[in-house]
Amino acid sequence: MAEKTQIAKSVANKFSKETYLYWYELMQLIRQFELTAEEKYKMEGKIRGFFHAYVGQEAIAAGCITATRPEDLFITGYRDHGLAIAKGVSVNSCMAELYGKATGNAKGKGGSMHFFGKDVNFYGGHGIVGAQIGVGAGLAFAEQYRSSDNVVLCFFGDGAARQGILHETFNLAMLWKLPVVFICENNNYAMGTSVERTSVVIDIYKLADGYEMPADTVDGMSAEAVHESVTRAVKRAREKGGPTLLEMKTYRYKGHSISDPAKYRSKEELEEYKEKDPIHQILLTILSSGFATDPEIKTINERVAGIVAESVKFAEESPWPDDSEVLKDIYMDKDYPFIVD
Amino acid sequence: MARSIQFREALREAMSEEMRRDESVFLMGEEVAQYNGAYKVSQGMLAEFGPRRIIDTPITELGFAGVGVGAAQNGLRPIVEFMTWNFAALALDQILNTASKMLAMSGGQISCPIVFRGPNGSAGQLGAQHSTAFESLYANIPGIKVVSPSNGYDAKGLLKQSIRYEEDPVIFMESEVMYGDKSEVPEEEYYIPLGKADIKKQGRDVTIVSFNKMMKVALGAAEELEKDGISSEVIDLRTIRPLDWMTVLESVKKTNRLVIVEEQWPFASVSSELSYRIQKEGFDYLDAPIRRITAADAPLHYAPNLVTAALPDVPGTVNLVKEVMYLEK
Ligand SMILES: Cc1ncc(C[n+]2csc(CCOP(=O)(O)OP(=O)(O)O)c2C)c(N)n1
Ligand SMILES: [Mg+2]
Repeated sequence: MAEKTQIAKSVANKFSKETYLYWYELMQLIRQFELTAEEKYKMEGKIRGFFHAYVGQEAIAAGCITATRPEDLFITGYRDHGLAIAKGVSVNSCMAELYGKATGNAKGKGGSMHFFGKDVNFYGGHGIVGAQIGVGAGLAFAEQYRSSDNVVLCFFGDGAARQGILHETFNLAMLWKLPVVFICENNNYAMGTSVERTSVVIDIYKLADGYEMPADTVDGMSAEAVHESVTRAVKRAREKGGPTLLEMKTYRYKGHSISDPAKYRSKEELEEYKEKDPIHQILLTILSSGFATDPEIKTINERVAGIVAESVKFAEESPWPDDSEVLKDIYMDKDYPFIVD
Repeated sequence: MARSIQFREALREAMSEEMRRDESVFLMGEEVAQYNGAYKVSQGMLAEFGPRRIIDTPITELGFAGVGVGAAQNGLRPIVEFMTWNFAALALDQILNTASKMLAMSGGQISCPIVFRGPNGSAGQLGAQHSTAFESLYANIPGIKVVSPSNGYDAKGLLKQSIRYEEDPVIFMESEVMYGDKSEVPEEEYYIPLGKADIKKQGRDVTIVSFNKMMKVALGAAEELEKDGISSEVIDLRTIRPLDWMTVLESVKKTNRLVIVEEQWPFASVSSELSYRIQKEGFDYLDAPIRRITAADAPLHYAPNLVTAALPDVPGTVNLVKEVMYLEK
């Protein structure tokens, strides 16, 4: 423990008190949101469908947010709650989406896997493994086309890294120097399949080599490390230097989805990662650097609990979408002639 | 002796029996081996057959579908499992452009005896990308066959038939929500030929045709209608391509009315094709327009009420039958 605090102190100088407190609160918010939602799913059956928790991976969301601007775009897979909240999709609308209510961020039409927030540049929430890799590059293409200096952060898992679309997209992104940062959230498992069972190339960042794309491997349990690596990659993209692949080594504390007992990995392995818990690490730094006192941390925790509790209340009191919504949001046309028998 | 076993067990027995018989049969897909199947269909198969024949793949649908197609062309009889048919969209190129066309393009030299299988259609609140029912889409493709069983007994016989006797690519569509369903399955070995519909219930007044999990709606509606003294003949298509329209026609000759229940989107669906065939071959026997109940003409949304509103159900089917019988609802 003593050693850990020491390390934490030495980096502490690089970031401000505000940054640490922001990271702490954001990561707590994501974690408490997930734990509460999971309870509502398991104990009360109020949330259905596939549910993939972000617990354990919060440092990635935290570091990516402080390393980007609000105008930068995020796109990810179905493990999307943490990144949506980080990007600023309202917590109320996230919980309501899980409940399938009309006030959800996708009007109750998407559910857990499909959170969206175009107003805050959050482009979802994608259910087909790997699909967002191509789409992310396309978002970046549009930014480049318009000569903006916005950057796209495109997230995907270690399992998704084996899809063919990754290779086609990496090649195009390099060929056209697209302003995109590919972020592989490597939590070592794709459902029950560990990374070493999917390829002889275990270091996913090396997949960039075939396309001469800059790449790095990053401690995804450290908000500081994530922030620093993303800052470099985003700078490169903004300055028209093209894409970067960042492999973030992280861990999901929960099963793949709510129905997965995760028997394919050991308790010890899980405990080992929990030792490096991203929230705990940041808390140690905050306390040891005197950025906040225990009572101040308690106040933050209470504020977070309040936000999550409010989101549950909001979701529960919200109305269901009207049945007529079945044929709405299918076409932009207002009078599309649907087949109705 | 018949035993009551789950749908997933019936599928497992079909695959295991054929693998014991024929060394060239193997199973490949995501999580099929060490995880024992995402839906536990292949539970225990790795233990019995080993990693040479029960093969976990990375998430690479296009790649492993291609490997399966190549292996089939070169003398093996692959079973390729898709975790769901939604993900097989990535492999469509191999199925449509290679598997289905190789025999034709090679002038009959290269056949492709392969079974692609996995769960299909909606399974509750899974959202738009995990809920598509693909039967009509695949049935549109000449060169492949499409099977979509409604119960474990049929599933076992049809899958054994597909693996052992079908020399062409077979698309085999199951359902997440039926894997736990029990049915009576004999101990003795049996095969069910493709392309034969099954009359599940004899009746006089109306013919109700369905397949896969919508058979529950068809049979449920028939039961409700019975209470009102309406006698329905219920037909399970079991195979979509080739389509056994003749069994349906024979039934319509007796009932003079046809209602089709399916989870497909309405445009160019199984009901579209069947309706065309029956009006052409059986025009003189029809006393009412052929009617259908399909999934809504839209992706399936997540909210529970929107799922219910978008899918065929018993009350809707009952009403439709009453309409074709010109009865008060
Ligand atoms: C094309 C496709 N194939 C399979 C699936 C089923 N599936 C959903 S998530 C998943 C594992 C993905 O793992 P990874 O990319 O590592 O992301 P993680 O879940 O660890 O965040 C699989 C196989 C899918 N949704 N899409
Ligand atoms: Mg993973």
